[in-house]
Amino acid sequence: MHNASLSELATALGSRKISSVELTRFFLGRIGRHNPALNAFVTVDEAKSLDQARAADARLAAGEAGPLTGIPIAHKDIFCARGWLTTCGSKMLGNFVSPYDAHLIERLNTAGAVILGKTNMDEFAMGSSNEASFYGPVKNAWDASRVPGGSSGGSATAVAARLAPAATGTDTGGSIRQPAAHSGVTGLKPTYGRVSRYGMIAFASSLDQGGAFGRSAEDVARLLSGIAGFDERDSTSVDRPVEDYLGSLERPWNGAQGKTPLAGLRIGVPKEHFGAGLSEDVARAVREALTVYEQLGARLVDISLPSSSLAVPAYYVIAPAEASSNLSRFDGVRYGYRAPEYRDLLDMYCKTRAQGFGAEVKRRILIGTYVLSHGYYDAYYLQAQRIRRLIALDFALAFAQCDLIMGPTAPSAAFRLGAKSSDPVQMYLEDIYTTPVNLAGLPGMSLPCGFTDGDLPIGLHMVGECFSEARMLSAAHHYQKATDWHRRSPPGFS
Amino acid sequence: MMSWEIVIGLETHAQLSTASKIFSGASTAFGAPPNAQASAVDIALPGVLPVANRGAVERALVFGLAVGAAINRRSVFARKNYFYPDLPKGYQISQYELPIVQGGCLAFLTREGEKTVRLTRAHLEEDAGKSLHEGLGELSHGMSGIDLNRAGTPLLEIVSEPDMRSAEEAVAYARALHALVRWIGICDGNMQEGSFRCDANVSVRRPGEPLGTRCEIKNLNSFRFLERAIEFEAKRQIEMLEDGGRIAQETRLYDPDRDETRSMRSKEEAHDYRYFPDPDLPPLVVPDELLAAAQKSLAATGTPRSRQAQYALQFAGDGVTGYDTAVLTASRETASYFEDLVARMGGGAKLAANWVAGELSAALNRDALDIGRSPVSSAQLAGLLARVRDNTISGKIAKEIFDALWQGGERGNERAADAIIEKRGLKQITDMAALEAIVDQVVAANPKSVEEFRAGRQKAFNALVGQAMKATGGKGNPAAITEILKRKLGSSGC
Repeated sequence: MHNASLSELATALGSRKISSVELTRFFLGRIGRHNPALNAFVTVDEAKSLDQARAADARLAAGEAGPLTGIPIAHKDIFCARGWLTTCGSKMLGNFVSPYDAHLIERLNTAGAVILGKTNMDEFAMGSSNEASFYGPVKNAWDASRVPGGSSGGSATAVAARLAPAATGTDTGGSIRQPAAHSGVTGLKPTYGRVSRYGMIAFASSLDQGGAFGRSAEDVARLLSGIAGFDERDSTSVDRPVEDYLGSLERPWNGAQGKTPLAGLRIGVPKEHFGAGLSEDVARAVREALTVYEQLGARLVDISLPSSSLAVPAYYVIAPAEASSNLSRFDGVRYGYRAPEYRDLLDMYCKTRAQGFGAEVKRRILIGTYVLSHGYYDAYYLQAQRIRRLIALDFALAFAQCDLIMGPTAPSAAFRLGAKSSDPVQMYLEDIYTTPVNLAGLPGMSLPCGFTDGDLPIGLHMVGECFSEARMLSAAHHYQKATDWHRRSPPGFS
Repeated sequence: MMSWEIVIGLETHAQLSTASKIFSGASTAFGAPPNAQASAVDIALPGVLPVANRGAVERALVFGLAVGAAINRRSVFARKNYFYPDLPKGYQISQYELPIVQGGCLAFLTREGEKTVRLTRAHLEEDAGKSLHEGLGELSHGMSGIDLNRAGTPLLEIVSEPDMRSAEEAVAYARALHALVRWIGICDGNMQEGSFRCDANVSVRRPGEPLGTRCEIKNLNSFRFLERAIEFEAKRQIEMLEDGGRIAQETRLYDPDRDETRSMRSKEEAHDYRYFPDPDLPPLVVPDELLAAAQKSLAATGTPRSRQAQYALQFAGDGVTGYDTAVLTASRETASYFEDLVARMGGGAKLAANWVAGELSAALNRDALDIGRSPVSSAQLAGLLARVRDNTISGKIAKEIFDALWQGGERGNERAADAIIEKRGLKQITDMAALEAIVDQVVAANPKSVEEFRAGRQKAFNALVGQAMKATGGKGNPAAITEILKRKLGSSGC
């Protein structure tokens, strides 16, 4: 059952072969057995989940079920869910029970999905290894001595280890795609504005975007259909109809037929993404994946994204700048952690924030405060915004030559726990291929495309134009029909 | 000794009269129990997002149009970052580099004549909450409370150029601005509730010299405090300079109990607010239809200036002065009272103006009443003034009747004045024979005055008229008495 697709689960639920309560218990059981070793979940609340499952069963019995009714979904602990502890991976919110639902949670509750639990993450989504969680690191399902990637490492691991059929995540600079690659699952970061940020605890508002993890493009399509859409409570949400992601999956590329369903598809291959720093096994697996795409009818086009090298520096100015301001509300006054002892107001602020935030969060608050300071703003923040425009221009020019851009999701496979902890710059370079996509607001995806010699999964990175999620999912689906990388499961979890 | 010139610029916060807050749906009504009107957005729960209130934007536009300013069709909300317990997000959403309203000017009358003050800008922002240090009861254990009802209340900050040269001029500007924002219906102008408050920037210099160092006096919530604070501050600065000292740029507070300003923080202690564009709010683009709605709203209300011009034209023949029109347009209610009065009287605009600006205003001020709650309605006053115009009563008697009407509380009774005239027998004596008899008695009883008059002293004549009036119990027609007396004294000599 844990290897069943969402559509198979929906069918089984619809035909009453299994109940949502049974399905939920089943996954809660797997979590109970495996989570102590993996640490993918921060909060599990059996009673709450089963309440939702019972309500879903009633809907199923009444014939009022939708595509996600009764299906348990794991949620990154960055999404506020009413009555659920919502920690964002931080000590600062260790006692924060949200009084309201994020838009995404509200949508899934309305659809009758079951909240299976809240998944571990780098504190406030700041990290690429999930080692920066106050609740301890998450272990990679393929090799427990390695990181799962971050910041949505808990969600990626939950899906990889079959502890959840699917999961939500967020991606500010690669936080869905990089852990998807390292964990051997499929992850999609939609176009900025496609999924409401309301109730998603902000890291960097202009870059944050909620998305989905699944074991296949098809599962991601099903989950995305449940969470995408306009929300008037998020002023950056885009009021535009949601495409039929599931219905478009099988659709061949424009006019293509038969064994080459992707004939006519032009895939841009950026030379900058195959340069120094890329490990050989990742390069090989990605090249092989591109060959598969050629066999499906696609044509490869050499493209250039000349401003790529500026993306990580620009990202590490803009994201911390926004974060330094977004995290100011965690001041010990109204909710969350407050230092137990203090002399006066200033002392309360200082001790609360010194004790409540971890090292990486403090580092980024300091960087962000610095780059916004009087006298430095122009040199850092404004300059970074100019780079951001150049990067968006790179993509716009590239998309004049191609329909999708593909390359590696991360420079190498999952690294060992602790390997990059002492060198933040090495850690930041994990996101070298993914950050430009957030800076340009484009949709990005990672799908399994092979393994290293050490049997670690490798991710293929796909970037599309704004609001081209349906075409991306379809292109990924055709690839997954021709390959079985996404069906492989980590030893011990199959 | 050379004189000093005082230079003043004002920053005025006008609370916009929207039903809900600027970035949340919570009510802005004054006086609710603490935190009863603080929504998730106002409390700044993790994950919440602001959505701009269209009504607040429209009011800002109406103001911009009313002062002939440029409307920035694209303006930007920025974050002003600082920590304070009543600032829930740790930043205030304001406008910085690109405000919605730029330039414009405000013209008004002073004792010296017409004065025009240039405006720098007007921008939208949110108010903070309130810290409560007292009245929390025994259980507070010396702690402070936070009331976030006011947090997120929409404000228009109106910044003037340093165009004012005396405290009196600054107050005249503030009064004109106060009248304007109430007139155009964007602010209720309630100063006790903090709906309209000023910060004054004050500096002094020798005439012709460059601007001196300024001090900013914060939060002046009455015209009297504004005047007193500026006067104190200018005197303080002049004394300091004359003693050879220097002015330090700083923020000061006015203490009304001690009638002095005190230093709050120096320039060195000033915050670095780290302004940057709010990534949660896209640039504020004013659509054509919203601008059109603002234009329509302004066309419907007009402004105090447009009404003054109308009066000047309409009542030019009646002797209504510029000063009269300024008083009559102090508020829309005053103007409509006056207009209703003139309409009911069918003429006599100057008499009506004198009464509204004189007796009525004085009585309203004395009893601290708005004209809308005047115990004497325009109908009653029209009934009274009709008797003045047809010589039934003198002006002096009319004042007596006005006082009776004020106490009487018969607002609805148009004929209340007639009833009082009848009841108290106040009808003017116009019977010439009766008046002649009285004048004869007065002349006979005051030979000394008669003699003095004949010696050429006009004063003695006036004394005789007074005596005659007194003898009629104030009911004699003064014009008739004067005429009779002239005739009598003329015929008996010279």
